[in-house]
Amino acid sequence: MNSPVSTLHGGHGGHEHGHDAGANTVLGFWIYLMSDCLIFAILFATFGVLSTSYAGGPSGRELFDLPYVAGETLLLLVSSFTFGVAMLSMQARRTDNVIILLLVTFLLGTGFIWMEVHEFAHLIAEGAGPDRSAFLSAYFVLVGTHGLHVTVGLLWLAVMMHQIARYGLDGIVRRRLSCLSLFWHFLDLVWICVFTFVYLRGVL
Amino acid sequence: MSDHMMHDGGHDAAHGSLTSYAVGFLLSLLLTAGSFGAVMSGAVPHAMILPAIVVLAVTQLLVQLILFLHLGSAPDQRSNTVIFLLTGMLIVIIVAGSLWVMHNANVNMMPMQMSVERALAKN
Repeated sequence: MNSPVSTLHGGHGGHEHGHDAGANTVLGFWIYLMSDCLIFAILFATFGVLSTSYAGGPSGRELFDLPYVAGETLLLLVSSFTFGVAMLSMQARRTDNVIILLLVTFLLGTGFIWMEVHEFAHLIAEGAGPDRSAFLSAYFVLVGTHGLHVTVGLLWLAVMMHQIARYGLDGIVRRRLSCLSLFWHFLDLVWICVFTFVYLRGVL
Repeated sequence: MSDHMMHDGGHDAAHGSLTSYAVGFLLSLLLTAGSFGAVMSGAVPHAMILPAIVVLAVTQLLVQLILFLHLGSAPDQRSNTVIFLLTGMLIVIIVAGSLWVMHNANVNMMPMQMSVERALAKN
């Protein structure tokens, strides 16, 4: 299975083996991400079907605060960019830079989760909790699942910052960072669909 | 774009460059601003808003897939791209199929003007 890749990258000599093992891990992680994608697809389909089942309760137009959502979007987008730059620093083997950029990413992600928890608490306090209508159940499950993923990503970020400080940027740490970077960018992709199809469309 | 990145640096090509990340970030920022602007400003005719935000979202997905996740036809990205395309097809089937089936179920099986009393009175 590896051979086409190996022949195309024949010029790397002794580096070959480590690179291929890492490439397989990242490919496997990509397959996991795609199956995660299917989970989100099902949640989006559920939300789409139930998006007007208000059961006499509030609709998206009354509930959603678009400038607030734009703030959340900006935090996540900037964090995706800082993670990308952290990966470039990793290629350049600048350990301190990587840790600083990952810390910035972590703080931006924490800001995003903080805003989302605040938003959920506000909705529930207004009586628009997940038990109010099918629309709100689907909304909380979809957006909550994304938030849960971001939270796990934050935990993983913290672990990776520790591992970089402890072990440096060795092959294993670089491979794990490559997986985490895919995960983090993927969550930003899901958020594009969330703000478009849940928030913006909900307000129309 | 992927050709350019391939020449930049051997097997590190899959990780992009500062330029590609900066371009991706700025494009995403503009597309996001466009989506929120289209809904919030009121400048866009109402019937055009939904198509506009869908097009903007799909464009932004493509921008991020290519510039952040480095999908493309480069040899070491080809398997990722193929897996992604297959997943994309499954997603379209799941989402479009669910919406279509449930829409038909709603249209054909739920009388709009039917109260519990009327339904019982028919028997």
